[in-house]
Amino acid sequence: MSTPHPPQVEAARAMAPEQPPAAGTPRRTSHARDFGRGFVVKLILMALVNALGVYVVLAAWGEESYGIMWSMVAMLVVADYVYFSRRALPLKYIVPGLVFLLAYQIFTVVYTGVVAFTNYGDGHNSTKQDAIEFLLISNERRVEGSPTYPVTVVRAGDQLGFAIVNADGEVRVGTAEQPLQTVDGTATDGVASEVPGYEVLGRQEILENADDVTALRVPVSDDAEDGSLRTQDARNAFVAKSFLEYDEEADVMRDLSTGAVYTPSDEGYFVAEDGTRLQTGWRVNVGLDNFATAFGDARYATPFFKILAWTFAFAILSVLTTFLLGLFLAIVFNDPRLRGRKIYRTLLILPYAVPGFLAALLWSGMLNRRYGFVNEMLLGGAEVGWLTDPTLAKLSVLGVNLWLGFPYMFLIATGALQAIPSDVLEAAKIDGAGRIRTWWSVTMPLLLVSTAPLLISSFAFNFNNFTLIYMLTRGGPRFTDASVPLGHTDILISMVYSVSGLDGTAAKNYGLASALSIVIFVIVATISALAFRRTRSLEEIN
Amino acid sequence: MATQMRTQVAGTRAGQRGDVAPHKRMSPGRYMTELGWRHLVGVVAVVYAAFPLLYLISASLAERGTLTGSNDLFSTVSFNNYADLGDTLFWTWFGNTLLIAGITAIGTVLMGAAAAYAFSRFRFTGRRAGLTALLIIQMFPQMLAFVAIFLLLIGLGNVVPTLGLNSKIGLICVYLGGALGVNTFLMYGFFNTVPRELDEAAKIDGASHAQIYWTIILRLVSPILAVVGLLSFIATFGEFIIARVILQSESNWTLAVGLFGWVSDLLEAQWGLFAAGAVISAVPVLALFLFLQKYIVGGLTAGSVKG
Repeated sequence: MSTPHPPQVEAARAMAPEQPPAAGTPRRTSHARDFGRGFVVKLILMALVNALGVYVVLAAWGEESYGIMWSMVAMLVVADYVYFSRRALPLKYIVPGLVFLLAYQIFTVVYTGVVAFTNYGDGHNSTKQDAIEFLLISNERRVEGSPTYPVTVVRAGDQLGFAIVNADGEVRVGTAEQPLQTVDGTATDGVASEVPGYEVLGRQEILENADDVTALRVPVSDDAEDGSLRTQDARNAFVAKSFLEYDEEADVMRDLSTGAVYTPSDEGYFVAEDGTRLQTGWRVNVGLDNFATAFGDARYATPFFKILAWTFAFAILSVLTTFLLGLFLAIVFNDPRLRGRKIYRTLLILPYAVPGFLAALLWSGMLNRRYGFVNEMLLGGAEVGWLTDPTLAKLSVLGVNLWLGFPYMFLIATGALQAIPSDVLEAAKIDGAGRIRTWWSVTMPLLLVSTAPLLISSFAFNFNNFTLIYMLTRGGPRFTDASVPLGHTDILISMVYSVSGLDGTAAKNYGLASALSIVIFVIVATISALAFRRTRSLEEIN
Repeated sequence: MATQMRTQVAGTRAGQRGDVAPHKRMSPGRYMTELGWRHLVGVVAVVYAAFPLLYLISASLAERGTLTGSNDLFSTVSFNNYADLGDTLFWTWFGNTLLIAGITAIGTVLMGAAAAYAFSRFRFTGRRAGLTALLIIQMFPQMLAFVAIFLLLIGLGNVVPTLGLNSKIGLICVYLGGALGVNTFLMYGFFNTVPRELDEAAKIDGASHAQIYWTIILRLVSPILAVVGLLSFIATFGEFIIARVILQSESNWTLAVGLFGWVSDLLEAQWGLFAAGAVISAVPVLALFLFLQKYIVGGLTAGSVKG
């Protein structure tokens, strides 16, 4: 971000005879000779940016995240160029926002597209290499006939570890991340009693962490083939080794106990000849499978098409109802003789000024079947299932959205009505048009022209009005015939949320969720493009 | 003519009473058909608009903090629910939300205004393409990509934990990613209405581009800065899906995530708490909104929607 130069420096420069302000190419002092306040501030800011950037680069190097590392390097180079060169003037103003836009919006949209063609999700969380490592670790079994060691459970920071005494009387200690190593500890009766750098846990503490202790595996050495030290009772430890073996050359997984051979499949699993597969898979490209699932697999396609229809119905009806009510009220209050118009307006926009999520939560309580205000007070205790009956739930969603949205429409309709020039209306009157004729042939078309872009935006907003749906009904009531947790008031975006599994109600399926996001992208983009082409808002660019 | 004159004079002299004069001369029937029914509609509409909020205030003051206990409006008035908020994480959430929404709003205004200035005042290669790209990006709400955002933050978090999951700074950065897309266009239009002659005059007087930006343009476009800042604050204040996905530990939650948890978990028992929390949460936004009402109305018609 560029900062102003102190006025005196600028004034001095303007007055300096050797610097006539040449037209077209403003000549300025080189920054090397211009140590004004603005330059110092810029220098400090850039130093901070560079320091942070180098920190990120080094951290990414350490974590071997080369994508992040190179992106950061590129950003630093660009930032330094832009702010220390005199050629990139416009970029000085665009770069800060552009960096965030590229990282968090453009990249994520592109990445959504990439994930949509993979099977990323539960069971396919990472690369093949990670999957192999995980399989080797998770399929461990005690090596038959191997000795047991009396074990001491120790702790360093929040890391648990094991300490044992080997045959030579040396104390060896390790944690999940640190393989066993010999340390200068004290052994009493063949049990490690003091380990430098570690705190020895007492019985009580071991009991409190029982699950962590039995799950802990301390690698015997850096080589995973050597197996790891485990315990089941926190007294005796044994060496466990994986009964799976990965054959790198043949790229197959062998089960040493049964002799079965698992080969990698296109779906990202190791599969044996008889069709059994190892549980952990990896991420692979599945082409259009996710889209085929969304449109073709009955488990998803049936709810998907219902939800698609309801999303359109919801968005269109929301715009229509809110606009009609808003317009009606705007007409009612568009009489200059009416007193208290300001008070009416202030009170009417109250629902709009309340954060949307609060309003949806508030209505979810008021519409509660048994205890809600609407049923208990207004309907005298009738247990109407406003949010639990499929049809009523849809009506309720629309009703609540009407309450939330009409003030906005009221405001824009009022603005549009007042912007209609009165001479046009007078001309219509002189030409002999009646009230109704004037309304239909003059006012209404003018009104629609000025509000159409806003109605399109409103449609696009409601098309993705996740907050309202999720806070009010959570998409419910559930489809009784669907195996996935989707419901009658779910719209596409809330379906994406359920399918992604990030709320914990279903298995994670990032691939399918991203594919559905892409579908929404396409729908919204098509509609907006068509609509905006008609309203020619692109003309503004020139 | 003479009567008109008199009314006008009366109007200037007696202020308010001038408006009353035409009504008085209407017959009651005519008054009803022309103005009275408008008041009727107005009252009905105001009841419709304001009643749920009245109910909310009443529920927050109810002694028994249950849903049923809230149905008799203002039957009891106690501040138990408000006091009980102190035993919960409500104030932490409140602080988190103000912090996140505040920083996001400031960042959005700064970055959006800078970009709008560049597009409005400089002519450079790629300007047209940039504007078109922004117009297209505007159509894609950021939250649609929440899965990718979640995955990106897992990756970033491995490298820099402050930018990763469960970090408020990480969430703010995500929100700032949406800053250019949503607001630059709105600001760009407004910047164009400031005459270029002003910059040119300043330039001739020796002002640098940065001085022109910070000391001249930004002051002239302050209404749109207020609108964009406010809209961004309100949108971030109520944003749910990304906040829910990113902020995992309860002490990092925002109000939207936290209050949703109260209502969805134990609707019946925590209703009073929710109502009290909702009243307090609505206050900052409501106050800003009413305070900046006239700017917002202008900003809305310039093409923005509530987020």
